Amino acid sequence: MAANKAAKEQKYDRQLRLWGDHGQEALENAHVCLVNATATGTEILKNLVLPGIGAFTIVDGHKVSGEDVGNKLNRAQAATELLQELNSDVSGNFVEEVRAAGSYEMSQIWLDTCLRLGAVLWNAEVPFLVCRTYGLVGCMRLVVREHTVVESHPDNALEDLRLDQPFTELKNHIDSYDLDSMEKKDHSHTPWIIIVAKFLEKWYSEHNFQMPKNYKEKEAFRELLRQGILKNENGAPEDEENFDEAIKNVNTALNATKISSTVEDIFSCDLCDNITAQTPAFWVMARAVRDFVRDDGNGILPVRGTIPDMIADSEKFIKLQNVYREKALQDASVVSKHVESLLQSVGKVHGWHLNNFITNAAFLRVVRCRSLEEEYSIESVNKDEITSCMDNPDSEMVLYLMLRSIDRFYQQHSHYPGVYDYQVEEDISRLKVCVNSLLQEYGLSVSVKDDYIHEFCRCGSAEPHTVAAFLGGCAAQEAIKIITQQFVPFNNTFIYNAMTQTSATFQL
Amino acid sequence: MHCGKAWDTESMADGDELEKKRRKIEALSEKMAVDEGHVACGGDWDGRWNHLKKFLERSGPFTLPDFEPGTETLQFLLETCKILVIGAGGLGCELLKNLALSGFRNIHVVDMDTIDISNLNRQFLFRSKDVGRPKAEVAAEFVNSRVPGCNVTPHCQKIQDFDESFYRKFHIIVCGLDSVIARRWMNGMLISLLNYENGVVDQSTIIPLIDGGTEGFKGNARVILPGMTACIDCTLELYPPQINFPMCTIASMPRLPEHCIEFARILQWPKEEPFGDGVSLDGDNPEHIQWVFMKAQERASEFNITGVTYRLTQGVVKRVIPAVASTNAVIAAACATEAFKIATSAYVTLNNYLVFSDVDGLYTYTFEAERKENCSACSQVPQDLQFSSSAKLQDVLQYLTESTSLQMKSPAITTTLQGKNKTLYLQTVASIEERTRPNLCKTLKELGLADGQELAVADVTTPQTVLFKLNFTS
Repeated sequence: MAANKAAKEQKYDRQLRLWGDHGQEALENAHVCLVNATATGTEILKNLVLPGIGAFTIVDGHKVSGEDVGNKLNRAQAATELLQELNSDVSGNFVEEVRAAGSYEMSQIWLDTCLRLGAVLWNAEVPFLVCRTYGLVGCMRLVVREHTVVESHPDNALEDLRLDQPFTELKNHIDSYDLDSMEKKDHSHTPWIIIVAKFLEKWYSEHNFQMPKNYKEKEAFRELLRQGILKNENGAPEDEENFDEAIKNVNTALNATKISSTVEDIFSCDLCDNITAQTPAFWVMARAVRDFVRDDGNGILPVRGTIPDMIADSEKFIKLQNVYREKALQDASVVSKHVESLLQSVGKVHGWHLNNFITNAAFLRVVRCRSLEEEYSIESVNKDEITSCMDNPDSEMVLYLMLRSIDRFYQQHSHYPGVYDYQVEEDISRLKVCVNSLLQEYGLSVSVKDDYIHEFCRCGSAEPHTVAAFLGGCAAQEAIKIITQQFVPFNNTFIYNAMTQTSATFQL
Repeated sequence: MHCGKAWDTESMADGDELEKKRRKIEALSEKMAVDEGHVACGGDWDGRWNHLKKFLERSGPFTLPDFEPGTETLQFLLETCKILVIGAGGLGCELLKNLALSGFRNIHVVDMDTIDISNLNRQFLFRSKDVGRPKAEVAAEFVNSRVPGCNVTPHCQKIQDFDESFYRKFHIIVCGLDSVIARRWMNGMLISLLNYENGVVDQSTIIPLIDGGTEGFKGNARVILPGMTACIDCTLELYPPQINFPMCTIASMPRLPEHCIEFARILQWPKEEPFGDGVSLDGDNPEHIQWVFMKAQERASEFNITGVTYRLTQGVVKRVIPAVASTNAVIAAACATEAFKIATSAYVTLNNYLVFSDVDGLYTYTFEAERKENCSACSQVPQDLQFSSSAKLQDVLQYLTESTSLQMKSPAITTTLQGKNKTLYLQTVASIEERTRPNLCKTLKELGLADGQELAVADVTTPQTVLFKLNFTS
């Protein structure tokens, strides 16, 4: 048992460093369903099986054709066996029956299947990812009502240093330093946060307690810091890297601490206002943080508690780090009390990862996608998005319109355009008719270049492997984001153009 | 890039003959499909390459101007095109699969590494029973057994073990490397194959290089036409040098758990030699890592630093780069798409750099990286070295290693003095290093170097020596 655990840790080491043990646990407890083991579908699953998804089920009633890898089995079974081989930790099975839950028949018509399945999953609140490779175009559509993310892992997060409004313990710690009386060794190894704080005090006394606001003032403040560098016997400035760091950080360190609009939006959601016994953990915790902000935090989030590394001797750095850490713990326990009282009021207890939530409070994200029904309905189609993107006739939006058009073509002709060599020319004009009827029906006054109509006939609904593989990688990671609740999923339509190696995301 | 074409105009004019021929082939194909499991010569069954044929046998609005629809391009792919894949790791496995399923059959793969258990979360051509075996060999075995008709030839060697005669044979080279040095070497090798006539590059000597790289959830793919488009060295600033912690921090002022780990690795290990004299730290040996971990913990508790874990220790010692299957799948797919485009002219090639990230949604950025006029690798122009005649050779050495546009590792400097070749400094051979070390403290004037003197510099980052021209500033 232990040996198996150790082997798994080694096998998954490179990905554990990205989503942690808790992310891996979520992945291993997940069960995904793949409908249609096409090249795209099997590529997606491969990228979920390799990192250790708990289980997968393939639903596919097709037989393997010559275009698939030469194998005379049924497609679902063949795919399951090949994928199962990739990772013995994963359990896979397949369903060939064309009746799924709810007893509806799986249509040969792709779009039909999507919309009906989409409706079922929307009501069941099961995330649905629709992927398609069509010629050199890949398309993904995420359908999830509401997906909350605590660990969004932002790329360039601003630090939470509170230099504009130091809390009491920080202020006391800063006061404990007297730069003017320090020996060179100590002076050069004082953390830049302390240095900026000290000189800020000086600045305040000369500037009516206002922070440096514009470039000119920040430059003046930097000059103040430069003057603070120790000088040697000849009056030349010593080499004090910590002061260099202070000067470099002036731009970001002096910004006012405030709550981002993303987080404000989360705080003003209904779910935050009305806590019931059914409210998901995310919203109870968000409300608790909001209560902290309003009652205890003076309009600011709980202290994050981390500081970046900086030139300093160990003792000074650790002491400063601990000031922030202890304040963060203090704030967290206040938030915790808010959580308890909220839960008490609805009769519950919890075992949630509260600290994780609080540390990430500044980076919370919520993704809400529109349903397929909303996207396809004439009343609620996102006309603005479509028409404004089509100002550029080569925008990836034209590929979206083409995909909508070929489905229309299939509905009318029971095959995709250009599938048969002898019909390509004919299909081009028929496809054009579909494009125009689509645009007209939805009231879209845009024009689609003939080149795209030609291309979408030329490719004859082929599913080239490399395009399927690209989309397979993208889709798998989006699924992993949903399952682990880490990193932020796209919203809600992703189009990949392998011809130009470009992509775009639209909210439709 | 494509096979020669010659339409037989006479048979084209004879429509009936053509129709007879077509029907004959169709009948033959049907027969092949009916025969259970039987494959005709070439290993192809009916419908196998249907998805490719749509792109190769039909005209289209987005093809290259020189594209001609027909059966010959598919023939070229299946029978003639020779493609080289460098690396059989995260990107390499995906590349081999992608290329094999896209009609490439004559594939060579180079990788000197053996399979490790930590590879198995993404390098899917390998199984746990394969751990310890050479990657190139196992990868080739897998593809050859699963993709009928595909012939992958493995080379369990370093790229530097081959010379021009090897690389010259390929139509396209795709790299899935994990080291900038190796990339630069490959880049330099292909540049050395170029022939110039009157300062213009002979296009038939250009071998396109498709290069992919990934790290966590980020990646990039680029197409390089050596001698024509931006090469690896033209954009060296896109690969910033690895940052190491300052020694004084490690030695006396640790603040982070990483500092404690580096202390154990860099200072304590050589001093204590815990596993025997001269036994160097092996990042793949769990006992070694365990030792470093414990020493790092001791140091951390001395300074009240938290956060030292076994995983962090391993990550720092081995310079581990986090990796997942999905990013490698995406980048390798983009690279293979470009290989297909180059081999067939069926679509316009990427021009020339794609950046990808799926941390927050999905993001791609495509741009044309520009050639550097004085690129040390591909510009054919001797590099300018500006120094005072009283500068020391040590200063020149420092410049060669620290300049962001050169980033050399251990350059060897030679020149011609009084008609004879003279080594000014060379690090990589101990006896020569000792002999030439005193030169480092001598001034350029003392060494007999004149204004305008040409220096030839060899380094692991390039297979060819780089020519520099000395310009005395004073």
